[in-house]
Amino acid sequence: MKILKSFGFLLGLPLILLAWWWLATSGAPNFFVPTPAKLVTTFVETWFGERMLTDVLPSIMRLVIGVLAAIVLGIVLGLAVGLNRTLRAVTEPVFEFFRALPPPVLVPVLMLLVGINDGMKVAVIISGCIWPVLLNTIEGVRSIDPVQNETSRSYGITGFSRIRYQILPSATPTIMAGVRQALSIGLILMVISEMFASSSGLGFTIVQFQRSFAVPEMWSGIVVLGLIGVALSFIFQWVQRRVLRWYHGLKEVENAV
Amino acid sequence: MTQVTEPSTRAAVKAKASRAPSKGLPKWVLGLIGIVVFLGFWELMPALGVVQAKYLPPASEVIAALATDLGLTAFWVAVGDTMLAWAIGLAIAVAAALVLGLVIGMSPFLRRFTNSTIEFLRPIPSVALIPLAVLLFGIKIESSLLLIVYACFWQVLIQVLYGVADVDNVAMQTARSYGFSYAQRVRDVVFPTMLPYLMTGIRLAASVALILAITAELLIGSPGLGKEIALAQSGGAISGMYALILATGFLGVAINGVTRVVEKRVLSWHPSVRGEATA
Repeated sequence: MKILKSFGFLLGLPLILLAWWWLATSGAPNFFVPTPAKLVTTFVETWFGERMLTDVLPSIMRLVIGVLAAIVLGIVLGLAVGLNRTLRAVTEPVFEFFRALPPPVLVPVLMLLVGINDGMKVAVIISGCIWPVLLNTIEGVRSIDPVQNETSRSYGITGFSRIRYQILPSATPTIMAGVRQALSIGLILMVISEMFASSSGLGFTIVQFQRSFAVPEMWSGIVVLGLIGVALSFIFQWVQRRVLRWYHGLKEVENAV
Repeated sequence: MTQVTEPSTRAAVKAKASRAPSKGLPKWVLGLIGIVVFLGFWELMPALGVVQAKYLPPASEVIAALATDLGLTAFWVAVGDTMLAWAIGLAIAVAAALVLGLVIGMSPFLRRFTNSTIEFLRPIPSVALIPLAVLLFGIKIESSLLLIVYACFWQVLIQVLYGVADVDNVAMQTARSYGFSYAQRVRDVVFPTMLPYLMTGIRLAASVALILAITAELLIGSPGLGKEIALAQSGGAISGMYALILATGFLGVAINGVTRVVEKRVLSWHPSVRGEATA
């Protein structure tokens, strides 16, 4: 009974929305909105075939490479800058400016500097995603409890092991918040870079459908992007739960006291 | 427990930070040095031939182009268009998210009932809606609004839901037993608890709204700075393009600054702001 109830809560609203969509479209055909059945068949026809290999997977590869590179670069640079007070003060205004710069404007710039190729799309993703990771790492390192710093100093923990065992763990909760922002920016930039200048990829294909008024195909492309977004968010939550298990445990203990 | 210990560690950090500058240069001088070094690099890169000057003009040229732009009506019209889409989109998103968030958040049934749908719709990137926007609205401002409202709505809604969930149970039960009406409970119990969360949501949404306003203009061609950037790029006015990009960056810095000030003003009564100097 309890399982049934939670299933009801999980699927109730989605089913109602689906039924509503089905009722609204099956009576009078609407040019802009396909029926659910039509969308499903179009979705399967359009994406499960050659297109999976030529458009979807390359786009996802570029996204993964770009985001991972941005995370690694952001954390390494962030540690270097965050640990040095002078460097932090010197770089702060410039970094704040780049963080505030809307990342999509980087697409035309990198198109000029790199040219139109895969490297440009990865470069766009890296240069847009790095700022939240970098600035959150700096912030995380800066706000480490001074008692911790002094403790590791008096125990003679320095260099790499200090970074590995004291600094990185204390900064991880802040870094993860940056990674979360970087993921959604990365997905946006993947689509934009392909819509702006490309002849393949998810973004290009969807715009192509829209320009040729292939409305059900266009909707199926929107569904693909949505599914990628949902998948990314689930992966992120899973990773975060693993990486920050100790942190959530600590918070629970602190709150219980 | 954490509430009590945190201010003391923060005070310690602050004491350290205020002691630090006496050792070296003040912070703003260091920041200025950083900006000068950055501009110097930018100036030298094309001069030394690291990149071609026609792809990356020197900083001086771009800043001169920006200065000319500042005197042009067309530039300010574009800024106005961008900010108009930004403001309308943000206002619609915040209003809708606030009302829905309060209604859903205050009912445990609705919270469970809508959870799966919200978790599914939230991560859908709003740029996926670009083709739909073009099909429905073409290059009108509504295209920008559709993207901005969709993206900002979830940012604010989630924060409002967190905020409502954070309401103290005892306070709520007290209000109930004193016979507070629904409206009174919202105004006097839920709203003050939720306000810091709401402000965080608005601050995040404000910068997201700018990103999507520029994106829509860049890709769809609705009026604004993004469209000017695309035009300058395809027209080969490269230093003009960089000048416009600088302008969008300054717009972003200004929006961040203003939202932070507003947040601090609105929450000046709240312990999290009263306890420390910087939010």
